[in-house]
Amino acid sequence: MNAHAVGGMPEITYNFAYLDEQTKRMIRRAILKAIAVPGYQVPFAAREMPMPYGWGTGGVQVTAAVLGPKDVLKVIDQGADDTTNAVAIRGFFEKTARVATTTSAVEATVIQTRHRVPETPLAEHQILVYQVPIPEPLRFLEPRETETRQLHALAEYGLMHVKLYEDIARHGHIATTYAYPVEVAGRYVMDPSPIPKFDNPKLDDCPALQLFGAGREKRIYAIPPYTRVRSLDFEDHPFKVQRFAKPCALCAATGVYLDEVILDDKGGRMFVCSDTDYCNGRQVAGHRGEMAAPVGEGA
Amino acid sequence: MTDTPLLIADGLSKNYGNRIGCRDVSLEVYPGEVLAVVGESGSGKSTLLGLLSTELEPSAGRVSYRLRDGRLADLASLGAAEKRLLMRTDWGFVRQNPADGLRMAVSAGGNVGERLMAVGWRHYGHIRDEALDWLAKVEIAGDRIDDDPRAFSGGMRQRLQIARNLVTRPRLVFMDEPTGGLDVSVQARLLDLIRGLVAELGLAVIIVTHDLAVARLLSHRMVVMRHGRVIETGITDQVLDDPREPYTQLLVSSVLAA
Repeated sequence: MNAHAVGGMPEITYNFAYLDEQTKRMIRRAILKAIAVPGYQVPFAAREMPMPYGWGTGGVQVTAAVLGPKDVLKVIDQGADDTTNAVAIRGFFEKTARVATTTSAVEATVIQTRHRVPETPLAEHQILVYQVPIPEPLRFLEPRETETRQLHALAEYGLMHVKLYEDIARHGHIATTYAYPVEVAGRYVMDPSPIPKFDNPKLDDCPALQLFGAGREKRIYAIPPYTRVRSLDFEDHPFKVQRFAKPCALCAATGVYLDEVILDDKGGRMFVCSDTDYCNGRQVAGHRGEMAAPVGEGA
Repeated sequence: MTDTPLLIADGLSKNYGNRIGCRDVSLEVYPGEVLAVVGESGSGKSTLLGLLSTELEPSAGRVSYRLRDGRLADLASLGAAEKRLLMRTDWGFVRQNPADGLRMAVSAGGNVGERLMAVGWRHYGHIRDEALDWLAKVEIAGDRIDDDPRAFSGGMRQRLQIARNLVTRPRLVFMDEPTGGLDVSVQARLLDLIRGLVAELGLAVIIVTHDLAVARLLSHRMVVMRHGRVIETGITDQVLDDPREPYTQLLVSSVLAA
């Protein structure tokens, strides 16, 4: 290690993208297997990362394994580029891999995301990396890991429908709104990570490679490009995505996922795009919502 | 009843280390027949049930079952997928403790509907209608369909467990002390219900019990077990009224007359 003193402190150098080459090889093998068997959870030897579990240790390891020096990285946290998790992970790879980073979903070649899929359609040259807290969609119905593996192996997914049945029995409609189970390539049932079900249709037939990393649970799974992804439902209660009564208050976009922002303690609220990059892009292009700043005042 | 057996056990043995669970048991069960396995605690009844239902692996011997297509298959030769399909469609298993056989956090309707969804039912309305139908058959009020079994009494839970098992119209049901832990009046109603359903659906049942009254009421034939061996078999009334083995005589004479 070429540690030369700067101001009395030794400068630390990292291997490219933090992980050592053998670890990245191991993760790449798991990723290749995951791509070969779409939706199947491949175990891998997840490493301790310099961040707490639940902050994207799985996603970071997958990103580190697929990242090259010429890649352009974007990190999304709940749709936003400027929240703690996104800023921290972006900074992590700027420091350890010296890759270019961006907030633009169009410019990025690797996008690591927590809980959202960008509104901008993805392209073939892009990789979307999801951070996954609990990879097992059957976990809350069947706590035994040995049993859930059997159920996956034999494609016994009646249990998943029991959950949807319970939703309808209790609420009159399927009340699962995030981490909504999907069937991948007609075989494995998969947890799409806690993205809103609004984003489920974007997983289907997506041109980009989609990788899912769960650090604590040590699992990687994948959806290869142009793969059929179907959200589970009943014939008489078909899958539906959330609808919003009003367009985005800043960019007037419709058909996008909106966040509710409380403005005061008198019931004031606004609905804005959860995808900040998409919203900014539309505002720059001149779209104005009802609460947007007048032109010229700047954002 | 037909003359081709539904299930054949041949020389079944099970050892737990040096201890014997079950030794050289052979028996046949015919379609539509109720077979009671009686004996005192520790006589190997539950081990035998475990072996017949393939939950336990035998140390020696084998179990064959006539599949719906008429083929007689050695259960040990079936793949895991085939075996599980068999267990959730053609078989039922009613356990002594309903909490082991039910999903306690899932509503009554979901419990009954689970097997239907497992065999590919994907229409909520149809699943619910079928569940309501079955709840009525086991005398659970339709307005309890969305309650979970934690809110049910012991007798109701046991009836729900029966509905959950019978919804796919199995041909063979294993019952392990289904009336154990219930008070006498509830027991009587449950037995009545089981008897009615068995006759109506033409089920074959293998029921394990230490209660001779249950065997008398439900079963056509019975086997008496002691120390892991079958010591007497025969028509239920014949065994109970005219027991040949000294141990069976002891069992029958130790029943308290009400």
